[in-house]
Amino acid sequence: MKIIDRFEVPYYQYLNEESQLTDDAPQQVAKDSNTLLNLYRTMVLVRTMDTKAVALQRTGKLGTYPSTRGQEAVFVGVGNALAKEDIFVPYYRDMGTLLQRGVKLSQILQYWGGDERGNCYNSEDFPYSVPIGSQSLHAAGAAYAVKFRKENRAVLSMFGEGATSQGDVYEAMNVAGIWKLPIVFVVCNNQWAISVSRQAQTAAHSIAQKAIAAGFSGEQIDGNDIIAVQHRTVEALHAAREKGEPRLLEMVCYRQHDHTTADDASRYEPKNMREQEWKKEPIARLRRYLEQSGLWSEKEEEILQAECAVKVDEAVKEYLSVEPQPLESMFDYLYASLPDIYKTQRDMLKDVEIVAHG
Amino acid sequence: MAEITLVEAVNQALAYEMEANPDVIVMGEDIAKNGGVFRATVGLLDKFGAERVLDTPLAESMIAGLAVGMAARGLKPVAEFQFMGFIYPAMDEIINHASRMRNRTRGRLTCPVVFRTPYGAGIHAPEHHSESTEAYFAHTPGLRVVVPSSPSRAYGLLLASIRDPDPVIFLEPSRLYRYAKQEVKNDGKALPLDVCFTLRSGDDVTLVTWGAMVKETLAAAQSLEAAGISAEVIDVATIKPLDMDTILASVEKTGRCVVIHEAPLTCGVGAEILAQIVEKALFSLKAPPERVTGFDTIVPYARLEKYYIPSEKRIIDAVNRLMEFA
Repeated sequence: MKIIDRFEVPYYQYLNEESQLTDDAPQQVAKDSNTLLNLYRTMVLVRTMDTKAVALQRTGKLGTYPSTRGQEAVFVGVGNALAKEDIFVPYYRDMGTLLQRGVKLSQILQYWGGDERGNCYNSEDFPYSVPIGSQSLHAAGAAYAVKFRKENRAVLSMFGEGATSQGDVYEAMNVAGIWKLPIVFVVCNNQWAISVSRQAQTAAHSIAQKAIAAGFSGEQIDGNDIIAVQHRTVEALHAAREKGEPRLLEMVCYRQHDHTTADDASRYEPKNMREQEWKKEPIARLRRYLEQSGLWSEKEEEILQAECAVKVDEAVKEYLSVEPQPLESMFDYLYASLPDIYKTQRDMLKDVEIVAHG
Repeated sequence: MAEITLVEAVNQALAYEMEANPDVIVMGEDIAKNGGVFRATVGLLDKFGAERVLDTPLAESMIAGLAVGMAARGLKPVAEFQFMGFIYPAMDEIINHASRMRNRTRGRLTCPVVFRTPYGAGIHAPEHHSESTEAYFAHTPGLRVVVPSSPSRAYGLLLASIRDPDPVIFLEPSRLYRYAKQEVKNDGKALPLDVCFTLRSGDDVTLVTWGAMVKETLAAAQSLEAAGISAEVIDVATIKPLDMDTILASVEKTGRCVVIHEAPLTCGVGAEILAQIVEKALFSLKAPPERVTGFDTIVPYARLEKYYIPSEKRIIDAVNRLMEFA
């Protein structure tokens, strides 16, 4: 017998639970106060917006909504790392990334409020993908198009750890490895796929190691440490653009909310687990570091909180004031031009009474 | 001008459009070096190179998902599934994404992809190689479903499908791949989508069919003519969206209709056609319309498949039943 292969999965943490920089934290990161402040401000905005979205749902003003609470570092860090010309292929919890991609807060509400126009981003990014993991394949296809046209951009696809049980995700990684596609796969491992825990999802020690089977490297990152999230994503995007090297980044964090507003995690989540994990949460962690470094104060925090509240209120106002689409719109984007046979059905809508369905 | 088979016409259309449009990418399992298991893509690799003729890993959902991503980025993928029985892992990508991309982004992104697959029984193939499940796709808003039944229609309809701005399921009747040769001008002229082709005009009965069953239906019409019954034969060609205008005009003329398809009876596309005839042309009917179809059973393995495929005799018997009504 001989060993034909061995592999390693690195773990990255630059800002630890005590808000101290770790020994391997890159020097330039800690010194880049502009980026750190920007990341902090964006995370606070995302949490304010998230809290508001849940409240809107509870008061009947928004549909089912998947909270991003506690996972802000993952989405905000990734959004910050992406270059404008990169292509983002989201799943559905990615508000923190989308709002750095030119998507308005009101559009995010519009989508969860049941209006297709919430997908009309002013960018080349893909729309939300609700069928779990299916979008990773679109990302691979888009990355092939980028490579085919010899463009200097990368594609980044996101999904939860549950999605890594889907064949689609492995199929996307497999082809990315073979064709050397300029793509980064980011897993937001928030420990829960609705009620199924990370341990019940796979016997693999890490999600990151799944990249090894596809022929490229995977790494695990402290997803509560936005400095590591942002920096490692920048590195991965660079490798994708410059070397056509795919990479898998597993961001380890914790879902500090039910799966969506339609879920009740008390049915399955062990007691005290959320509280336990809250000690690691990303916003307080970075704030302490900023305060220790003299970059942040109580006063600045008050101003920021007030600014975020105003932005969110404006977004809610804008969302609530959007006129619904005309009924015929349900036919108007089915095909480039509607085949004659469906025109009769479209015309029927002119006589459809608007009724409340309760 | 050379006479070519249906599968050669598919190849000719692919080569023509790859030459004309540098965004066309042909992809699938065994389609590059091997030229496809039916040789539909033979020669394309040498002519257009490995960047445009892609041998993919063996995963159908992946093929469809990659095509969705490529198409949304402005490429024009023509993806092959080796047999229709293997398309099902790709249903999620086709139904949840390809058919909806335009609608759910309100036209911001689109999905101009062609999904090609051989389909139907009658080639003595192994299990899972003989299905006709076009109705699954015809039921899905946002898709087009196109079925050629001759070399010239394969050429013209495939060109039209590749040029169409929306996703097309292009079903190639494998039983007809090498059945007959026909002169096909390689002039890049597309045939229209969304319309039926009237292959034969007649006054007594309308026979509506598509794909491989066009063969038995035309043979039946020939035999009926000898018996003094004049049958009009309509090749539906685009199953979704259906050109009911052509079918209804014919039924209003003849007063009798038989729909023939290889797929099982229940919820087959024939059910939709007959429902619309009853809704819109009931009072033109001289006899209750009939369906001659594959049975509501699993396509049998090779030894029994010829008894599953509707025969010329079953079509003639149906027409004779209709003619007995005064």
